[in-house]
Amino acid sequence: MSADILALLFKATGQTLYMVAVAGLIGSLFGIPLGVFLATSGRGELFPAPSINKALGLVVNATRSTPFIILVVAIIPFTRAIAGTSIGTTAAIVPLTIATIPFIARLVETAIREVDPGLTEAARAMGASPMQIVFKVLLAEARPGIASALTLTIVSLIGYAAMVGAIGGGGLGDLGIRYGYQRFMPDVMAIVVVVLIVLVQLVQSAGDRLARQFDKRNRPK
Amino acid sequence: MNMAVMNKTAQSPLDLRPGDGSTAKPMVEFQQVSKRFGAGSSGAEVVALDDVDLIVPRGSVTGIIGRSGAGKSTLIRLVNGLEKPTSGHVLVDGTDVAGLDEKNLRSVRRSIGMIFQHFNLLSSRTAFDNIALPLEIAGIDKQTIEKRVTPLLDLVGLSDKRNRYPSELSGGQKQRIGIARALATEPKLLLSDEATSALDPETTRSILALLTKINRDLGLTVLLITHEMEVIKTIAAHVAVIDGGRIVEQGATFDVFTGHKHETTRALLGGLAGMHLPEFLTSRMTNVATPGSHTILRVIFKGENATEPMLARLGSDLGIEVNIMAGAVDEIAGRPFGMLVVSLLADLEKIDLARNFLADHGLSSEVLGYVR
Ligand SMILES: Nc1ncnc2c1ncn2[C@@H]1O[C@H](COP(=O)(O)OP(=O)(O)OP(=O)(O)O)[C@@H](O)[C@H]1O
Ligand SMILES: [Mg+2]
Repeated sequence: MSADILALLFKATGQTLYMVAVAGLIGSLFGIPLGVFLATSGRGELFPAPSINKALGLVVNATRSTPFIILVVAIIPFTRAIAGTSIGTTAAIVPLTIATIPFIARLVETAIREVDPGLTEAARAMGASPMQIVFKVLLAEARPGIASALTLTIVSLIGYAAMVGAIGGGGLGDLGIRYGYQRFMPDVMAIVVVVLIVLVQLVQSAGDRLARQFDKRNRPK
Repeated sequence: MNMAVMNKTAQSPLDLRPGDGSTAKPMVEFQQVSKRFGAGSSGAEVVALDDVDLIVPRGSVTGIIGRSGAGKSTLIRLVNGLEKPTSGHVLVDGTDVAGLDEKNLRSVRRSIGMIFQHFNLLSSRTAFDNIALPLEIAGIDKQTIEKRVTPLLDLVGLSDKRNRYPSELSGGQKQRIGIARALATEPKLLLSDEATSALDPETTRSILALLTKINRDLGLTVLLITHEMEVIKTIAAHVAVIDGGRIVEQGATFDVFTGHKHETTRALLGGLAGMHLPEFLTSRMTNVATPGSHTILRVIFKGENATEPMLARLGSDLGIEVNIMAGAVDEIAGRPFGMLVVSLLADLEKIDLARNFLADHGLSSEVLGYVR
C-alpha cells in the first residue's frame, strides 16, 4: 500500500475521532442532564413536571425514530446556521450531535430509573434536597449504567460518523467509499473496516472496564 | 381519649425505664390523623389511616404492630413528612410537621433518623461513606465527619468494615451500618420500618439489642413498626396495635398483650406461648356444658404470681380435680407472663367459685369450652 493511502488513512481516522469526540462531548453535555430530567420529572417524582416530561419524551422519540441519514438531510438549514456550511467534517458534527443527545438521554434515563427507589427515600429521610439526591444518590449509583450508556453511544457514533462520510463529512467512511468502493481498491476497504473494528473494540473494552470499576454491587470477596 | 390512656400508662409502675420523663411533652403525637390515597382521578380511594390518635412517649421504645397493609409504613412516613396527612396533626417534639414546607421539613428530617427493611445503603459507597452521607447532606466539613463517623462504626461494632462496600457485608452488618447512618446527625428520634424483617432470628436479636442499647445509652426515642410480635415483646415498652388504618389498642406492652385483648391483638399474638390450643383439645371441645363434662380454663399469670400452689388449693380447698393440659411461660417487655390450660371436673357453680378464688389471688381466667 502506498504512503499516500496510509496518509489518507491517518487523516480519515483523525477526522472520525474528531467527529466522535466532539459530538460525544456535546451530546453528553446535553444528553445526560436531559436523561436525568426525563427520569425525575414524572408525576410525584423529584422535579414533578409531567407535561414537560411528556413533551420532551415525544421529541426524543421522534428524533430517535428518524433514520439518521434522513435526519442529516432534514436539518441541513440548521446545520448551515450553526456551522456556516452543510458539508465537511465540522458540519457533520451537527447532525451527529443532534442524534446523540436523545440517544444518551434515553440510556441515562434507563440507568437512573434502575437505581433503587429506596435510596431516594432514604436520602429524603435524611433531609436531602432534590439536587443533592440527583448528585449524591442517583448519578453516583447510576455510574456503572451511565458508563455503559456512554460506551454504547460512542460505539454507535463511530458507525454514524462513517455514514456521514457518504455525504461529504470526511472520515473513515468517506475513505472506504471513495477509494475502496468507487476506485475498486478492496484492500483500502478492508483496512478501513479493520480500523473501525479496532476502534470499536478499544472503546468497548475501555468502557466495560470503567463500568466494572464503578460497579460495587457484586464484588468478589 | 387515647392520649389520656397513654399518659396514664407512661406514668404507671409498669414502665420499667427510669427517668422516662412521662410528664414531658411526648416525642411524637398523632392528633386525629387520616390519610387517604388516590382520592384524585385514579378512581377508588384507599383509606390508609383513619382518625389515628397516638402518643410516642419521650425516651421510650414504642412499637406499632399490624398486619400487612394495615397502614404501618404510612404512619411512620408521616412522622418525617415523607407523606402528608389528609387531615389531622403530626407533632414531632411539638412541631406540626404536617404544616411544614419542604425546606423546613428538610431541617426537621435531619433530627430524625430512619432505618429500613432493605437497609437502603448506597452500593457505590463504603460503610464509612454511607454513614457520612447524612452529614455531607447537612453540609458538614470533612474533619467533623471523620470525627463523627469513626465512633459510630465503633458503636455498631464494625470498625473493621470501614472501607467495605455493602455488597461485602452480611444483612445484619448492613443494618448496623444503616443504624450508624441514622445516628450520624445525632437525632432525637429513630424511626424503624421493619428493620429486622429481612434478617434471621439470631441477627434480629442482635439488632434489637443494639437498638435497646441506643435507646438506653443515648436516650433516643425509638418508634418502630413491625408485623412480628417477637420484636415488640423483646424491646418495646409501649405498643399500639393497628388494623385497617385504625389504632385498635395502645398502652404499655405488658398490659396490652396480657390484658383484655382486641381481636386483632389476639390474632397477632397467635405465636405467643400458650395461645395455641393443642389439637386433641380443640377437636373435642364444645361450647355447651353437659353434666359430667370437664371445663377447659385458661389461667393467665402475670409477673411474679405463683400459679401452681393456687391450682393445688383448688383441689385441696374446693375439692376440684385439676389437670394441666398445656402451658408456657414467656417474657414480655422484660416481665414473665404465662398461661396454663387446665381442665376442671366440677359442676358450673364450683367452677365459678374456682374462678373467683383465682381472681382473688391475682390470676385471671377464661373459659375456653367444655369436653366430655
Ligand atoms: N402511595 C400510595 N398510593 C396508594 N395507596 C397506597 C400508597 N401507599 C400505601 N397505600 C395503601 O395504603 C394501605 C396501607 O399501606 P402501608 O404501606 O402503610 O401498609 P403496611 O402496614 O406498611 O404494610 P406492609 O406490612 O405490607 O408493609 C395499603 O392498602 C396500601 O395499598
Ligand atoms: Mg410497610
